[in-house]
Amino acid sequence: MGRQLLLEKVKVEGIRGYDVYRREGGYSSVEKALKNMTPDQVTDEVKKSGLRGRGGAGFPTGMKWSFLAKPEGVPRHLVCNADESEPGTFKDRYLMEFLPHLLIEGLIVSSYALGSKATYIYIRGEYAWIPDILEQAIAEAKANGWLGKNILGTGFDCEIYVHRGAGAYICGEETALIESLEGKRGNPRIKPPFPAVKGVWDRPTVVNNVETLMAVVPIINIGGEEYSKIGVGKSTGTKLLSACGNINKPGVYEIDMTISVEEFIYSDEYCGGIANGKRLKACIPGGSSVPILPANLLLKTAKGETRMMNYESLSDGGFAKGSMMGSGGFIVLDEDQCVVKNTLTLARFYRHESCGQCSPCREGTGWMEKILRNIETGKGKKSDIDLLWDIQRKIEGNTICPLGDAAAWPVAAAIRHFRDEFEWHVDNPQECLVRNYGLAHYADPLEIATPA
Amino acid sequence: MIKFSDEKLKKVDEIIARYPEGKSKSALLPLLHLAQEEFGGWLSPETMDYVASLLKLEPIEVYEVATFYSMYNLKPVGRYMFEVCQTGPCMLRGSDDIVAYIRSKLGINVGETTPDGLFTLKTVECLGACGYAPMMQLGKHFREHLTPEKVDAIIEECRKMAATNN
Repeated sequence: MGRQLLLEKVKVEGIRGYDVYRREGGYSSVEKALKNMTPDQVTDEVKKSGLRGRGGAGFPTGMKWSFLAKPEGVPRHLVCNADESEPGTFKDRYLMEFLPHLLIEGLIVSSYALGSKATYIYIRGEYAWIPDILEQAIAEAKANGWLGKNILGTGFDCEIYVHRGAGAYICGEETALIESLEGKRGNPRIKPPFPAVKGVWDRPTVVNNVETLMAVVPIINIGGEEYSKIGVGKSTGTKLLSACGNINKPGVYEIDMTISVEEFIYSDEYCGGIANGKRLKACIPGGSSVPILPANLLLKTAKGETRMMNYESLSDGGFAKGSMMGSGGFIVLDEDQCVVKNTLTLARFYRHESCGQCSPCREGTGWMEKILRNIETGKGKKSDIDLLWDIQRKIEGNTICPLGDAAAWPVAAAIRHFRDEFEWHVDNPQECLVRNYGLAHYADPLEIATPA
Repeated sequence: MIKFSDEKLKKVDEIIARYPEGKSKSALLPLLHLAQEEFGGWLSPETMDYVASLLKLEPIEVYEVATFYSMYNLKPVGRYMFEVCQTGPCMLRGSDDIVAYIRSKLGINVGETTPDGLFTLKTVECLGACGYAPMMQLGKHFREHLTPEKVDAIIEECRKMAATNN
């Protein structure tokens, strides 16, 4: 079992309540930060830790914090992004449901560092039962003097509010989230200005993911330098992964980024192998937006090295032969799964979630869905595959926010690695309705599946 | 004329107070949730106009928001709405079969409501329960690891609840 920083206490009975959480050492990071450290010192520790945003982009958190503008007399806000919506990802839900006080603790320390007196948790609307859990934790924290006015006699005031979204993937994008928090449609804003300068209600704002803000607690407790020693290279600390698809043990796991992908899939400590004794066909290792990889390229990099579960190794080979850590949504496909069908459901997802502001995304996602549906149902033409490729290229990089890229990448990667499966669908319009293409050579030795 | 109870109006004030002064528009999403729960599970034009008046907004500001977010129902729905996730991870675990089973069991298509007004079937995109697939949202909660037997039990449970509440 690797080192656990966030989930260490998750199985402690009653940890969701304040008394047990406190007894287990909870809120010590608030005492340490507010009593012994200046806000800038807290930010410095986060910088030293090497913590990277856990929402998907992997941007260094300390650096993001240091961009926050601090004009005199203008309130600043910290907003916790709990709009977890990337298909394959359900770690934040687990964290909030079972360790609500850890989030509140992280929010208080982070709010102190950033000078946010009113901090918001923007939670996706579908997690409808979780706001009650969070509000309970907030009330308990407040009753015990960790929130409100003059916290611990330090003169720092802070309130935390829960704001529920209403069903829109796009609101996980930070400027769309800000629009939504302002009571508007979730249309992303053009950057610059960045939220750090002009965010919610035109005030300087930092938006961070749930897991990122929780990680601030162990960083303050053990120190940024100590935290940075966990993991490898620029992948410091621990990362939560949500594992799903055709595996024996779907669920949320915390890893310290020193294990291999193979171990993660096959070890009983984690995914427990492929379900029903099947063989591994492919995997989307970091949430639906990141490139899908066939088994051979997943377990080994194009250079033939063992692929590890960390930011650098997962992206080794670039988009041609690698993928991304993304949000940690680890989706496994067994040999019976159809890549065309899977890609179709993702294309449909992005068409449904496109906000409609930018034409390439609004129109392109709809076209991709239709073409994929044709291919999947045996009505496709060979030229459709090239057309799909063409459309995804025209979306990527041509939209205000990254949703366009997120919609394009899964389609591109599916064609890149599984083109023969798409062609088989076109060539066998009847057969593809009743059976799947299967494993083909996707699990074969590396050289066969990765022509130069 | 629809109107929140005094107790709910207190809740409305409480929600508005979460946001800075002069930024009460921020309360729009939470108030639409509250109104939908309170006034029959959907947002009629009358309901939206009422929410607009509470926040001193133009009705169009409410309509444009209500039409953007998938959780606001702009048409009446059954008392129990089965929202079955059908995105990749759920599809890999058999969500298509669950949708087909519910359709045949209730005799309705996706998007339809049973004639008795009890059930609406909807397919939705990823709800963040990928590890517990197939699943659906039913009211405030998720029902996970669905099987035909579980679906039967849920339908039974809803029918019983409806019978006792009538």
